[in-house]
Amino acid sequence: MDVRLILSISRTHLFSRKKQSIIAALGVTFGIGTYIIMMGFMNGLNGLLDGLILNRTPHIHLYNEIQASQKQPLDLISTYGKRERFVRSVKPMQSQSRIHNAVPLMNFLEKQPYSKGVTAQIRAQAFYLGGSVQLNGSITGVDVMKEAALYNLGDYIIEGSCQALESNENGILLGAGVAKKLSLQVGDVVQLSSTKGELLALKIEGFYQSGLADIDDIQSYVNLKTAQRLMGEGRNYITDINVKLYDIEKAPELAKDMEKLFHVRAVNIQQANAQFETGSSVRTLISYAVSITLLIVAGFGIYNILNMLIYEKMNDIAILKATGFSSNDVKWIFISQAVMIGLLGSIIGLIVGYGVSVLIDNTSFDTPALPTIKTYPVEYDLKYYIIGVIFGMVSTFLAGYLPSRRAEKMDPVDIIRGQ
Amino acid sequence: MKNPILEARNINKFFHLPDEFQVLTDINFSMNKGEFVSIMGKSGCGKSTLLYLLSTMDTDYEGEVWLDEQKLSGLNSNELARIRNEKIGFVFQFHYLLAEFTVLENVTLPARKLGVKSREEIEHDAMTKLKLLGIEDQALKLSSRISGGQKQRVAIARALINNPMIIMGDEPTGNLDSKNSDVVFDIFKELCTEENLSLLVVTHDEDFAHRTDRIIEMGDGRILNSKISGRFDIAQRPG
Repeated sequence: MDVRLILSISRTHLFSRKKQSIIAALGVTFGIGTYIIMMGFMNGLNGLLDGLILNRTPHIHLYNEIQASQKQPLDLISTYGKRERFVRSVKPMQSQSRIHNAVPLMNFLEKQPYSKGVTAQIRAQAFYLGGSVQLNGSITGVDVMKEAALYNLGDYIIEGSCQALESNENGILLGAGVAKKLSLQVGDVVQLSSTKGELLALKIEGFYQSGLADIDDIQSYVNLKTAQRLMGEGRNYITDINVKLYDIEKAPELAKDMEKLFHVRAVNIQQANAQFETGSSVRTLISYAVSITLLIVAGFGIYNILNMLIYEKMNDIAILKATGFSSNDVKWIFISQAVMIGLLGSIIGLIVGYGVSVLIDNTSFDTPALPTIKTYPVEYDLKYYIIGVIFGMVSTFLAGYLPSRRAEKMDPVDIIRGQ
Repeated sequence: MKNPILEARNINKFFHLPDEFQVLTDINFSMNKGEFVSIMGKSGCGKSTLLYLLSTMDTDYEGEVWLDEQKLSGLNSNELARIRNEKIGFVFQFHYLLAEFTVLENVTLPARKLGVKSREEIEHDAMTKLKLLGIEDQALKLSSRISGGQKQRVAIARALINNPMIIMGDEPTGNLDSKNSDVVFDIFKELCTEENLSLLVVTHDEDFAHRTDRIIEMGDGRILNSKISGRFDIAQRPG
């Protein structure tokens, strides 16, 4: 088989019908371009939604839970042997909400190889005072810079900044809903009253907006020390410890260990966001379904166009065979044409796909839920570009191969007689 | 008996669609090297069908075809393609040129497929053949851009390019006017006498047939008779 001869024939075929070749290549371009755009856009959006939860949720959350004692006094009595014991109307045990020995515990966790970062939080109830109005509030004391680094707190600050809070012990990042209700601006002072009656005047260093109105109407962030002062407690008063791991999949197991080790409640992210997990897997399923559908539709499009291109050339097949070209030659003449079209179409498809992705990436997207996101999210994963090209090449190869195999098996006279 | 160059032994052929139908019945004939044979018969008598299977382009038949003491029946399609390429030149009624290629490319393709000579040699050969047929000035035109008579001559040049043993034609003058068909006949005749080429031509044209060495008459899928033609000149032709 003379490769050069075959390529020169298929080149002549392609170039002498430029319009048709280009349309066929555009069919491939369209399929691959759409696939890349859809996958990039869909996964960008999925990533955004996943990030919404994953980025702000600690992988393991340690705190003291109010609950009934696991062992009731009755369990300690051996008199009843293995008989069933029933205790009704069990009440929860009086316990403190602070974590015992929190500081050494944090130091320990910080040193573990699996932990990416450990942050302390103090959760407290308080009232925002605005003249004669008292608004219910939930104050969280945080190490604000660490919180910004690990959980992207900064993304939800719509005015002001985390740094401003960091440098002011009497500052507060006020929930946007609260600010609106009390008509407060950044730089104003807001009065807080703790549940114990302690009064605190804090300067507003910024507004916090999560996008969930229920949270924004009550939630505010202050420095750890400020929260401790509000609670009237000392430096080691910490109610919650959040751990961020390198590998999120290890969270359930590690949480179990921590619960045993430290006698605290440890909730892992999978437990805390069960419905998120479901949503995430459904979204993944949808994206697979869409991508497979796209590929199938594009594949049939490519197949149809190339098929027609080859059937139009049936006459040429008969002539080539009659003048001594073997079935194999004829087959490769058409496969090589299909592959050239596939290659051209795929490359343009990649460029178009990337171009439109960039275009979408720069289209403005304003949503109150995500104050820092200004444009639509697009994922540029090399994977989709590779799949796109492979798919384009395989489908064009098949689209060339199947009809040319039919041509291969025909006697030239079958084609001539069929005219 | 001289060595026959082409021989058909007990050939039967059936069309299966739409109904079972026997096109060729017990065809036996042979032709010698350097012979110019024409096949005549009414439309549908099976003469083209016979020609196609003699030329190996149709493999669905019973019986045997021998070319140059080689049995062709039963060879696979690649071997047959090689034989067509090397030993058989075929001229169709409707020229069947590749429309998107130039005249020169059309003529050179079979030789480039054969791959014995270099590109330059092949092109030189092709120009010689085109010159022989008087159309060398058309060489670089697209084959779809030349006249019908010229196309048929290009097809003949293509058939000749690999210096085949035998040329087969399916009504090669069928859609040419008498002037052009005379040109084609003269070319064939010249090849036959000067290059000792064998020719087997299916034709409707009685004048054409009577000027060949031998006429095989067919009817209803059988060979009716095979007679040595008068070989008379145009001047002596009755009427």
